[in-house]
Amino acid sequence: MTEYLLIESRDPFESNDLERYCGLAVQLKRAGHDVALFLVQNGVMAVRGGVRTSGLDLALKANVRVLADDFSLRERGIPLASVIAGVSPAPIEVVIERLAAGCKAIWH
Amino acid sequence: MRVLQIIETAYRATIEEQDDTVVYMTHALHGAGATESVLLRGNAVNYAVADQDASGLRFGTWRQSEPPRIAADVASLLEKHVDVFAVVEDLEERGLREEMLIRGIKTLPRGELAGLLERFDQIWHW
Amino acid sequence: MADRTTLTFLLMDAPFENARTTTAFRLLQAAVSRGHNVNVFAYEGAVALPFIRQRGHANPVHGRDAAQEDHPLPRNWVAELLRLAGEQGTKLDWVNCGLCVDERGVEEAVEGTRRGAPAEFWKMAVSSHNTLVIATK
Repeated sequence: MTEYLLIESRDPFESNDLERYCGLAVQLKRAGHDVALFLVQNGVMAVRGGVRTSGLDLALKANVRVLADDFSLRERGIPLASVIAGVSPAPIEVVIERLAAGCKAIWH
Repeated sequence: MRVLQIIETAYRATIEEQDDTVVYMTHALHGAGATESVLLRGNAVNYAVADQDASGLRFGTWRQSEPPRIAADVASLLEKHVDVFAVVEDLEERGLREEMLIRGIKTLPRGELAGLLERFDQIWHW
Repeated sequence: MADRTTLTFLLMDAPFENARTTTAFRLLQAAVSRGHNVNVFAYEGAVALPFIRQRGHANPVHGRDAAQEDHPLPRNWVAELLRLAGEQGTKLDWVNCGLCVDERGVEEAVEGTRRGAPAEFWKMAVSSHNTLVIATK
């Protein structure tokens, strides 16, 4: 089992990249690996409560751990309490922790 | 250490740089002893097209003497025994058929990406 | 200190162009603050990050003079992280890709940074615990 950290900086409204990236996260999860998806910058646009389509549904249903950078959330006026279910606000230090722990980390 | 270079961004400043700087980096790292493979995805699958021609740029009397030759640079990776993969669905979406591609490009369905990633120690996405 | 974790980062974005720059420096700050040794290979536009001729300016729209605007300059971020690493006794090795420096004319860089080739990035990566490439788009 491998630990993966997929960092997504792009949002689902600009392109279909988030959906494809989530697809990869799900693939890795279904193959038995530990997968976390860390949303940062405009990537957090996908987690505001009331968002019509986030592209994250597949990842959340597959139990991919979805984290959202707390600074990016605050920057975009997304209250922590309104973040969609299943997504956890997290500090950027989480990325460093996982890198230091040897996660395969991919920035997108 | 085995590295998978995933190249997605395509034709970014390639005329100014006279090559794709990530394909360039891949060559440079190979020269430094790296064990690498390349996965072309998104628009970068177009780098697998054999007939690319970026020549002819001119401004006033200035003419570009060394345009990028991306197909040649990709073919050169293959000659160095660097595996170059392209995502099947990304090729199909862009109307790219096998006969248009540089010989030696390996195609990979999107559904097999996880398996590919597992073969490498580091995955660098460009 | 024996067995200190070393992390390598490759950056590509020029200053003042993309949110990736701020995020990258937040990651570097987090890594340095946690006592990790850090390597940075600045490729392409990122070689301008430590360029010492960056200058702040006033903000007429907001009615602030240059001093009040206190414009962030990535060269100061680089200098500060180098200082922080030095204070902690950890290593921050910042290498600018030499060819990228040449074509952009940004040779004058923050003291403590150095120039190197892509092969240097490979050396950094193989001697690190992990590497993160933050590519441009």
